[in-house]
Amino acid sequence: MVVAVGGQKDSPLLIITSMLATTIAVATPLTLGALSGIFCERAGVVNIGIEGMMLGAAFFGWLAAIYMNTIFDVAPLPSLLVGVLFAMLSGGLFALLHAVLSITYKVDQIIGGTVINILAVGITGFLNRQLFFEKGSIFGGQVPHAPGVLPRLQIPFLVDIPVLGRIFDQQPLTIAAILLVIISHYVIFYTPWGLRMRAVGEHPRAADTVGINVSFTRYANVIIGGMLAGLGGAYFTLESVPSFEPLMTNGRGFISLAAMIFGNWTPFGAWAASLVFGAAQALQINLQFYRELIPDQWAILQNSYVVGLAPYILTMLILTGIIGKTTPPAADGIPYEK
Amino acid sequence: MTETNIILQAKGITKRFPGVLANDKVDFSLKKGEIHGLLGENGAGKTTLMNILYGLYNQDEGEMLVNGKTVQIDNPKDSISLGIGMVHQHFMLIPVFTVAENIMLGYESTKHGILDRKGVSAKVKELSHQFGLDVDPEALVGQLSVGIQQRVEIVKTLYREAEILILDEPTAVLTPQEADELFAIMRGLTERGVSIIFITHKLKEVLGIAERITVMRSGRVVGTVIPAEVDEAKLASLMVGREVILKVKKGKAKAKGEVLKVENLHVLDDRGLETVHNVSFKVREGEILGIAGVQGNGQTQLAEALTGLRKTESGRVTLAGKDITGKSPRPIIETGLAHIPEDRHRHGLVLGYSVADNMVLCTYYLPPFAKHLVLNQDAVDANAQTLIEEYDVRTPSPFVPTAKLSGGNQQKVIVARELSRDVKLLIASQPTRGLDVGSIEYIHKEIVQMRDRGLGVLLISAELDEIMALSDRIAVMYSGKIVTTIDAKDATREQLGLWMAGSQSN
Repeated sequence: MVVAVGGQKDSPLLIITSMLATTIAVATPLTLGALSGIFCERAGVVNIGIEGMMLGAAFFGWLAAIYMNTIFDVAPLPSLLVGVLFAMLSGGLFALLHAVLSITYKVDQIIGGTVINILAVGITGFLNRQLFFEKGSIFGGQVPHAPGVLPRLQIPFLVDIPVLGRIFDQQPLTIAAILLVIISHYVIFYTPWGLRMRAVGEHPRAADTVGINVSFTRYANVIIGGMLAGLGGAYFTLESVPSFEPLMTNGRGFISLAAMIFGNWTPFGAWAASLVFGAAQALQINLQFYRELIPDQWAILQNSYVVGLAPYILTMLILTGIIGKTTPPAADGIPYEK
Repeated sequence: MTETNIILQAKGITKRFPGVLANDKVDFSLKKGEIHGLLGENGAGKTTLMNILYGLYNQDEGEMLVNGKTVQIDNPKDSISLGIGMVHQHFMLIPVFTVAENIMLGYESTKHGILDRKGVSAKVKELSHQFGLDVDPEALVGQLSVGIQQRVEIVKTLYREAEILILDEPTAVLTPQEADELFAIMRGLTERGVSIIFITHKLKEVLGIAERITVMRSGRVVGTVIPAEVDEAKLASLMVGREVILKVKKGKAKAKGEVLKVENLHVLDDRGLETVHNVSFKVREGEILGIAGVQGNGQTQLAEALTGLRKTESGRVTLAGKDITGKSPRPIIETGLAHIPEDRHRHGLVLGYSVADNMVLCTYYLPPFAKHLVLNQDAVDANAQTLIEEYDVRTPSPFVPTAKLSGGNQQKVIVARELSRDVKLLIASQPTRGLDVGSIEYIHKEIVQMRDRGLGVLLISAELDEIMALSDRIAVMYSGKIVTTIDAKDATREQLGLWMAGSQSN
């Protein structure tokens, strides 16, 4: 984390650069969560289970990495990469459950998503305790030394820019998230896959009459969405910190839904919204170090929790539709009946 | 009839739905380059047959031949590859997509994995030029008029190289002029070798354009005729199975004082757009004022505002001398309003409730139905028995949920409930939409009777024939405004059609 930059003598430019770098990093799970939501909802399936998918993926990805590292003696980096893979797989499996419930069995999609959120909290909490804190369990009642976190990648040339170069010194999932924003934009708006996915989310019957398999299209995109959420989950335990805590996603899944809506169901819009939320979080983190730079008339902002509240308040306002008038896909959340 | 020029043939098609025999050994054949009318009432099995042809349903029995070869059609993909294209009654277009995107959907062409929008646009332009179907491939479908959207649907089938075109009730949403344009397009298509199945329940149209007409009734083909050999009355009786009086019998209106006065009414729709714009009119006791117009020109919002279901932005509505502007439905009903809503399933009935309960929806809180806080079930049931007999509602019992009744009988339940009260004004929105000829006849008779009893009637309908048959005066609504109001006896179809299309002449 960037918070290591301390001291009062830093130039304002350095502070801003550090804030920007933190913003981009902490926006990663939000960006991936929002992309997850976009794939699901553009295909017509509401997914409020992103929070749960991320939490589950954070746990199982981490667990896989620890197994590789401590039980199979694999080196830290490959262990972490296997962890990322498992995080995506578990996200995909949670999504498969959501798809079965909402597409095949036409269960109310809000209920389906809630089931996943509750299930993820239960499973991760239970396994976390059973595996690590029970005597006689596989890890002998103590959390093993984890394989650490994914290493930083310095983007060549760009990192060499004085001061600003700091922004291009990021970890792999953060870079992957940005690439995925660009890729998703092209897939959704410029490929047959995207055209069909949006058709199914707007008017499934019309898609059916031109020979598109509505169920398949929805299943595939919901599972892709789940894997993206899984990648977002991996950020928590494999990139941000090398450990798992129960409930550690802390509402980020819901914030990413707000980012998706705020960004009007487009990848770039959602990314921009994620950065806004990320900025609030980065401000909170950095505020601890630069508190005395805030003028007295803004004293209330010196309390970092006041700033920390901002993303949540913004999320509530967006989710209740008070700000940000946007148009969801027309058939979003409506099961398709032949 | 030689076998060689038959492009499509259905032999002994049978399709069962739970409790219904939707198609019963149906035989049907289509010649190359002909326009073949498929006529029948709602529920006669026309759409089922076409959905089987198009692969949306599978038949239980029977076989299908295309160009003399037996084919198996399991899904729309199969039928598209056999050269069958269908324009559905409710368009299968995505409003937020462009014309080109809608046309290529499911049949995309790509360059290096990326959609080839340019190439598709060029091909669409070429097709629209070739067949005289003018469409702009870059336009957003949601911004096009219904008539143009229909052209997009036709181009969509031609893009897939369809040789057999199924048009399901294509004129339902068109003005008379747009319908004429469509017929010209259809003739042009057949000259280029396309064969067309034209599904309709409008006798006049099918007589005018079809080369052969197949009539279906309750799942069976009752005959295939040539237009020269039949007239409207003959076709109608084939369709219904008995003599039908097509013309509504009504005497001269004896209009008295005004019962409804609407002044400078402005109403917004759900999106906040003004869909009723400065509308003023009067309805007098003992007359029927018909509001003609293509669907979606503000009639729905107007009816909702008058009945208290929608907020009025500004203006004044007076019913029987009382200002009812902005009042909620109950006081309006109590002032003397009867309302047959446009959507009987959503606004007319509580489908899960019994016939008896639906019949007291406006009066349940009054004696004799209410005894303090309790419902007097005996009174409710007795009321139902009386009304079922009086209005000839065909139901197994008063306790059956209204969802189980046919459309015609559901409408009768509403008519019975609304007209059995002491009312002064009837607002009937699309009162015969989706009903069979028999029920239409009944509802029309009932409306005229109400007028003769001295009620004012506001009839809102997209069916020009209905407006012309019933109204004493006709107002035409176009894009939220009343364009004109004329005496019904001075009205011609052509002139009304022009007004409905927004023409400002006269």
